[in-house]
Amino acid sequence: MKIIAVCGMGIGTSVLLKMNAEKVLGMLGIQATVQAADIAKAKVEGPTADIILTTPELVYQLEKMPGKVIAIDHVFDLVEIREKLTAALS
Amino acid sequence: MSGLLNQALAEGSIQLHAQASNWKQSLELAGAALEQSHRTTGEYTKAMVAAFEELGPYMVIAPGIALAHARPSDAVLSTGLSLVTLSDPVPFGNVSNDPVSLVIGLAAVDHDSHIDLMAALSELLMDVTKVNMLLQAENVEQVRTLLG
Repeated sequence: MKIIAVCGMGIGTSVLLKMNAEKVLGMLGIQATVQAADIAKAKVEGPTADIILTTPELVYQLEKMPGKVIAIDHVFDLVEIREKLTAALS
Repeated sequence: MSGLLNQALAEGSIQLHAQASNWKQSLELAGAALEQSHRTTGEYTKAMVAAFEELGPYMVIAPGIALAHARPSDAVLSTGLSLVTLSDPVPFGNVSNDPVSLVIGLAAVDHDSHIDLMAALSELLMDVTKVNMLLQAENVEQVRTLLG
């Protein structure tokens, strides 16, 4: 499975989202690669991603992607990330 | 003998109980602290404000916490952080996480070399008790002790 974590610049929020998504995926025992990306890179990588993690403000820029777009409100909240990832995968 | 976070916060990068009346002033404080600690030029601060205007308040990554940053560019002299606590919380327009009391400024020279630093930052910001102690810190020494 391919997951991308997207933020505006690709150095802050997306990196935090990637790290915390990897923790959650590890707990769930799910094999996936998670890449951090800025919006420009997301437009290149997005079409082949199964899941796109981002923040609520950026969802509208990613809606046309084939994968599921998940908005995370609180990037340190592993429970929120786990619940939303589990829902998207079921 | 100091950890990654203390190394990333160069002298002049920590400002406590600052006053700001809106998101722009808050970002400018974090930017000024990056400039004072020789991580960035003034152009980076302008880029952070422009990024916020372009992309909205997504930089408010958790309740009360904003991660102020712009893209890697020539305005970044070296990778590092700044830390600003606000005496009065400031609304940034983020529905779930307003108002902001802690602004972390982030400057990175590229997309990859600050990953260990982000892991350390993530660990800190996930710890609500430590964040509350940071917000209450009276001086830079207390902050540095807390960061380890």
